[in-house]
Amino acid sequence: MTTPSTIPAVRFRAVARHFGEVRAVDSVDLDIAEGEFFAMLGPSGSGKTTCLRLIAGFEQPSAGTIEIFGEHAEGVPPYRRNVNTVFQDYALFPHMSVAENVAYALMVRGVGKAERLAKANEMLALVKLANFGARKPAQLSGGQRQRVALARALINHPKVLLLDEPLGALDLKLREQMQVELKTLQRSLGITFVFVTHDQGEALSMADRVAVFNAGRIVQVGRPEEVYERPATRFVADFVGGSNVIEPEAATRLRLPAGAWSIRPEKITLSATGNGPLGRVESLQYQGAQRRYVVAVGPDRLSVVTAAGTTAFTPGASVHVDWPADAPTRLEG
Amino acid sequence: MPSRPPLSVTLAAAAGLLFLHLPLAFIFLYALTTEEKSYQFPPPGFTLKWFAVAWDRPDIWQALGLSLRVASVATALAIVLGTLAAAAMARYRFFGREAVSLLITLPIALPGIVTGIALRAALNLADIPFSFWTIVIGHATFCIVVVYNNAVARLRRTQGSLIEASMDLGADGFQTFRHVVLPQLGTALLAGGMLAFALSFDEVIVTTFTAGQQQTLPIWMFSELIRPRQRPVTNVVAVMVIAVTLIPILAAYYLTRDGEAVEGASK
Amino acid sequence: MSLAAPGAPTRDGPLRRLSDLFMRRPRLFLALLLTPPLLWLGVAYLGSLAALLAQSFFSIDEFSGLIVREFTLKTYGELLQPANFDIIVRTVVMAALVTLFGGVIAFPIAYFAARYARGRVKALFYLLIMLPLWSSYLVRVYAWKLILAKEGVITYIADHTGTRGLLDAWLSLPVVGGPSLSISYTGTFLVFLYLWLPFMILPIQASLERVPRSLIEAAGDLGADARKTFSTVIFPLALPGIVAGSIFTFALTLGDYITPQIVGSSTLFLGQAVYTQQGVAGNIPLAAAFSVVPIVIMGIYLTVAKRMGAFDAL
Repeated sequence: MTTPSTIPAVRFRAVARHFGEVRAVDSVDLDIAEGEFFAMLGPSGSGKTTCLRLIAGFEQPSAGTIEIFGEHAEGVPPYRRNVNTVFQDYALFPHMSVAENVAYALMVRGVGKAERLAKANEMLALVKLANFGARKPAQLSGGQRQRVALARALINHPKVLLLDEPLGALDLKLREQMQVELKTLQRSLGITFVFVTHDQGEALSMADRVAVFNAGRIVQVGRPEEVYERPATRFVADFVGGSNVIEPEAATRLRLPAGAWSIRPEKITLSATGNGPLGRVESLQYQGAQRRYVVAVGPDRLSVVTAAGTTAFTPGASVHVDWPADAPTRLEG
Repeated sequence: MPSRPPLSVTLAAAAGLLFLHLPLAFIFLYALTTEEKSYQFPPPGFTLKWFAVAWDRPDIWQALGLSLRVASVATALAIVLGTLAAAAMARYRFFGREAVSLLITLPIALPGIVTGIALRAALNLADIPFSFWTIVIGHATFCIVVVYNNAVARLRRTQGSLIEASMDLGADGFQTFRHVVLPQLGTALLAGGMLAFALSFDEVIVTTFTAGQQQTLPIWMFSELIRPRQRPVTNVVAVMVIAVTLIPILAAYYLTRDGEAVEGASK
Repeated sequence: MSLAAPGAPTRDGPLRRLSDLFMRRPRLFLALLLTPPLLWLGVAYLGSLAALLAQSFFSIDEFSGLIVREFTLKTYGELLQPANFDIIVRTVVMAALVTLFGGVIAFPIAYFAARYARGRVKALFYLLIMLPLWSSYLVRVYAWKLILAKEGVITYIADHTGTRGLLDAWLSLPVVGGPSLSISYTGTFLVFLYLWLPFMILPIQASLERVPRSLIEAAGDLGADARKTFSTVIFPLALPGIVAGSIFTFALTLGDYITPQIVGSSTLFLGQAVYTQQGVAGNIPLAAAFSVVPIVIMGIYLTVAKRMGAFDAL
């Protein structure tokens, strides 16, 4: 969390953005610290992209205030903000070469041609595309375009880099590779990254902190472990990683104190002779590194994930379900 | 369904295309005939002398000059007005948007004669004498939609995020227009302008009502068709009109053929 | 604002400050964009149409020949006089025939282009259909005057194929006949058909392109033969395109006054009536009333066409 003495890189206070009747963003408070890798996670239409566009200046808030490094940003056009964006579709200028794309920010600032192209080539080297400057964007692969977009957005040394689902269009292997590279890059440059994604795995693995969005509001902010281990609401428990949400009426049946609870599937252990409630294995999915069970305990169904190498149970088997005392998380509301 | 067309469909399509294109061949044929007084087929003999005769006719040169000047000015006006309208329609949602779209299309949706007589009625009421500019006003009115259609189609195909990306990187609205929008729009405007030029160069229906005593090339031709003097000379002019309109049309086609139909209808 | 990049010389020229203003007030920018075209079309063009409409409610003094600027429906009443009403009926019948035959000729071309043509052939098809659409209208009418002339190529072919009798028999028929093809309704009809054919082909092709191939295959799969597939699947799906094309052929025929003057009998069509009334006769109110007729007919036509989904095929 931010220490009160430093100015946050981005600060939202009661920010709302309405499109007619639609409340895309509905009263968001947010502090993003300088140098932080911050993820905005949520399903589509939850308001995370609109928040990103509010920081970039493509949208203006309907209410509330936005500060970027302590300065009010309302009414400041995008071209006067030291904030740059990597777009979801990359938005590379198709009529310019890769080097001209990267040098664009310098060109509009009036930097001389030789100087700006030299700088562009430096940036291209940084994203491992040193010899691609003369090509047109259409001649690049998806992964390469993504790197060009990154180089183009970084050439101005922005104070905040915004990334709108930047890995969404890449295949799985490339995506994992880019996750590592982005994280390394962010560390070495020390720039604040604000990253929008609907992929909880991506958010958890890359971000210093995650804000979970739902229906135009932030429902939880915290470090990835906090969000995952201690989901604040049913929505977070379910959207981030999947969980057993135990309603109050089921709690006593499962020997839990009164209230609603979340238990992550991998926290639950199965055994033939345990102390926990007795259930029956309904189904088993073999998934290589792990096994996924559905266990019926009375009228309740629990999802259980066990590591490969632990004892396997077949459907129909009677099992005891146990969990560590700190595994259940109480849910609000 | 077979992937090869049935013979009947192929023949019908070929016959239809022939019907669409064969007639113009006769214009070329008759431009070379030695027969002056009738449209005798086959021509009794062939000669190139009518090209020389047409070359020496000052009235043709005058009409050609007027047509070229009118088409140039009307096209320039249409490019400015059509681009402005396209920019507004492609980027903004506003009250009355549908009405504006209808208004832009109206001059080609209504029969040419309605546009023509409406302009004449207005010129009469306002006591404006016929001039070069009254012809231009008529032509620009129906040329706007041609440029507009091409520009709007291109703007719709252009990623909206390009403009945002440009501003994000520090370019203000004018820099963005110059470095990003204009290069994207360029060929579409060129194509639209060429079609507008061809349309204007060839227009006769509206022009009749706004020209007064002046003769554009189509008006000259029209009067020759009603009261023929030297028929083969008219044929030579017709060949020339085909050539002058064909070049910009073909150029426009090649400029916009990548997946984008040349939109808008003529007349 | 000092949010600008460090070390960057922020060039704060007047254009950049103007751009700031437009960013803050997008509506102002929109207004500036729309003002010139709206001034031109909204004031000059719509104003002209209004002037035309106004004139149609004036009348002409029969003795002095001067326009009486007082509201009256008398001029519209004149449209119903037999001579004038004939003109309207004749034009509408011609437009309907041209539309009908245009559809029949256009369909195979559109069908071939949409279903079978690929790659270069398709590009060539498109070019061949589009070229006549844009190229010289007057020259294309004129070409038919050459072809249809009494001493022209049609007569020549008829003579050399032994069908001259047939041609003469057709020309001796009432209504459709005449001294030669170029001075008959048949000639006018042929030229209209030729002129507006591309306007019919393109929308039909566009609507056929949107028929998924799998749909046609599904019909064949379910046991429909080619004829049945056509009548139950292809034709209904192409109908919006046909209606869209018919809007063009109908409207263009209604308003044309050049074609019947060059190729045709001496009787008048709607466009010619407008032209003559405003020109030779100097009866602007009657010309205006005449020109309202195609607007009204097309208004009705467009309303019906919109219900049939024709605008999706444009």
